[in-house]
Amino acid sequence: MNPLKTIMTAPLAGHPVIELAGVTKTYPGGVTALRSVDLVVGYGELLAIVGPSGSGKSTMLNLVGTLDRPSQGTVRIDGHDVASLSDRRLSALRARRIGFVFQQFHLAPGRDALGNVADGLLYTGLVRRERERRAEAALVRVGLGERLTHRPYQLSGGERQRVAIARAVAGDPPLLLADEPTGNLDSVSGAGVMGLLRELNEAGTTILVITHDREIASALPRQVPMRDGQVV
Amino acid sequence: MSLRPARLRLSDLARLGGYGLRSRPLRAVLSALGIAIGIAAMTAVVGISASSRADLDQELAKLGTNMLTVSPGTTMFGKQATLPDESIAMIKWIGPVRSVTATGTLSATYAYRNDRIPAAQSGGLSVLAAKLDLLETVGGTLEHGAWLNAATDRYPAVVLGTTAAERLGNVPAVYIGGRWWVVVGVLRKVLLAPELDSAVLMGWPAATTYLGFDGHPTTVYTRSVESQVEAVRAVLAPTANPSAPGSVQVSKPSDALAARRATNATFDALLLGLGAVALLVGGIGVANTMVISVLERRSEIGLRRSQGATKGQVRTQFVMESLLLSLLGGAFGALLGYLVTGMYATTQKWPTVVPLWVLASAVGATVLIGALAGLYPAIRAARLSPTEALATT
Repeated sequence: MNPLKTIMTAPLAGHPVIELAGVTKTYPGGVTALRSVDLVVGYGELLAIVGPSGSGKSTMLNLVGTLDRPSQGTVRIDGHDVASLSDRRLSALRARRIGFVFQQFHLAPGRDALGNVADGLLYTGLVRRERERRAEAALVRVGLGERLTHRPYQLSGGERQRVAIARAVAGDPPLLLADEPTGNLDSVSGAGVMGLLRELNEAGTTILVITHDREIASALPRQVPMRDGQVV
Repeated sequence: MSLRPARLRLSDLARLGGYGLRSRPLRAVLSALGIAIGIAAMTAVVGISASSRADLDQELAKLGTNMLTVSPGTTMFGKQATLPDESIAMIKWIGPVRSVTATGTLSATYAYRNDRIPAAQSGGLSVLAAKLDLLETVGGTLEHGAWLNAATDRYPAVVLGTTAAERLGNVPAVYIGGRWWVVVGVLRKVLLAPELDSAVLMGWPAATTYLGFDGHPTTVYTRSVESQVEAVRAVLAPTANPSAPGSVQVSKPSDALAARRATNATFDALLLGLGAVALLVGGIGVANTMVISVLERRSEIGLRRSQGATKGQVRTQFVMESLLLSLLGGAFGALLGYLVTGMYATTQKWPTVVPLWVLASAVGATVLIGALAGLYPAIRAARLSPTEALATT
C-alpha cells in the first residue's frame, strides 16, 4: 500500500474507518444473522467480504452502511458510534461519508446519466449547479464522459453500473460499499467494474466489496470470509 | 465533523416532485382529472351565477330601480277590485313622481289570428288599453314598426308584445271583438313589465269606442325620483284609492326580477354540492395514486435513504408530489371552469364574471386536498426501513 495515500485519506488516523466490536444482529422472529463479529478496516483499504448466501454478509453491509443498527456490540463508522446517533444524524453521515453501489444499480429510468448522478448528491446540501458539476466530473472519472445525456435504457449493464459507481463517489465519500457490484454483469463488464473500483481505491477511497464470488474476492488485497454469521 | 442533515431547497423539492409525476405521466393526468372536474364544476357554477347576477345588475342599472306599479288587489269580500278612474291624476300629484301611465285590461275580450278561429281558442293573450306614454315609463322598445300615436290610438290599431307576436305569427292584422285591428308594431321583451309581453296593446280611446272599455286602469306604472322611491311607495295605495287603500297592490318590479334570479340559488347549491363530491372523489383518487406510488417505489425510497435522505425528507418528497398532482388538477379545473363560464355567458349575452375568491379558494382547496391525500402515503414511505426498502427489487 502506498504510505502517502494512507496519510492523505486519514488525516486524523486516530480511528479506523470501520470498527465492529462484538456485533450481533438478531432479527425479530429470532433469526440471528451475525454473531459477535469483530472487524477493523483502515482508511484506504480495499477488501472483500465473501461468503455464500445466508452467511450474514448483507446484514454486515447494512450495519456498516448505517442502514440498520446492531442488536449488540458497537459499530463505529468514520469515528462515529452508530448507536449514539439519531436517525437524522445517521442520514447525514450517509450523505457525506458513505457511498453505496448495488447489484441492481437502482437508476431512475426517466433521468439521464448526469441527472442520476447529480440527484445522488441531493442530500449533501450542495446547490444544483455544483451537484451537476461534480456529477459530470464523476462520470468522466468512470469513463462515461461521452454518455452524460444517455438514459439508463440506452446504456449497457456495465455502463449502468459505472453510472451507479459515479453516483456513489461523486460526493467524494471516504467509504464506498459495493454490494455484489458484478452480480448482474457478464464477466467482461464485471472485470471492467472491478478495475474501476481498484482505480478509485488507488486514488484514496476505502472500498468494501460484498460478494459471494471467491474469484472476485481473491483478486482484492484483503478478504474477510464469512459463514453462518461469523467471520471465519 | 458536524452531522447535521442538509436542508432541501424548495426548488429542489419542487423538481423532485416533478420527476415523480413525470415518471408516470398518464397516471398523474388521470388522477389529477378527478380534482380538475370537481374544481371546474364549482368554478363554473359560481361563475355562471355571478355572470348572471352581473348581467342583472347591468340591466337594472339600465332599466332603473325607480319604477313602482299599482294594481287593484281584491276587495274585503274577495272580489276583484278596480282602481278609480281618477287614480292616475291623483298619483301625478305626488311630488317625487316623475311620470305616471297605465294600462287597462279589457275583460272577456280576446285577440285571434283571424276570423275563422273558434272563440274558445283565445290563446291566453290579454287585450290591454294603453296610454301613449306607457313605453317611456316602463322602458320598452320596439322590435319593429311604430308605437301608437295620437292618430292610431283612436283607430283599430294594435302593438303586440313579444310573446303575443310569437303566438299570433307574423300577421298584418288581428281579429278582436268582431273586427280587424291592424298591427302597427311589435315590442321587444319588457323586463320590468313582463305582463306586456303577452299582451295586445291598443289605444285608450279606440278600446272605449270599439270594445266598450270601461276606462278603469288595471295597472298604473310610475317612475319616481330615485331617492324617494320608498316614500312614494308608502303613499301610493292611499293616493290611488283613498276609500280602500287595502285593496291596492303596490309592487317594485326590479325587486321581483332580482328575487326571481335569486331563486336559482338553491339550484346553485345543489350543483356546488355535486362539485364538492367530485372534489372529494378526486382527492381519494390522488391518495390512491400516492399509496400505489409508494408501494412501487420502495427501492427508490431505500436508495434515497442510503444517499442520506432523512425520514422527513422522504415524507416531504411524497407530500410535495401529492401537492403538485392536486395543484395540477386544480389549475386545469379552474381554467376549465372559467372557459365553461365564458362559453355559457357568451351564449346568454352575459358578461363573463368569475370572482377572484373562487379562483383563490379553488387553489386553496386543492392545496388542502393534496396535503391531506399525500400525508398518509408519505408517512408510510418515511416509516419504511431502508434495508427493507432496498431488499425489494
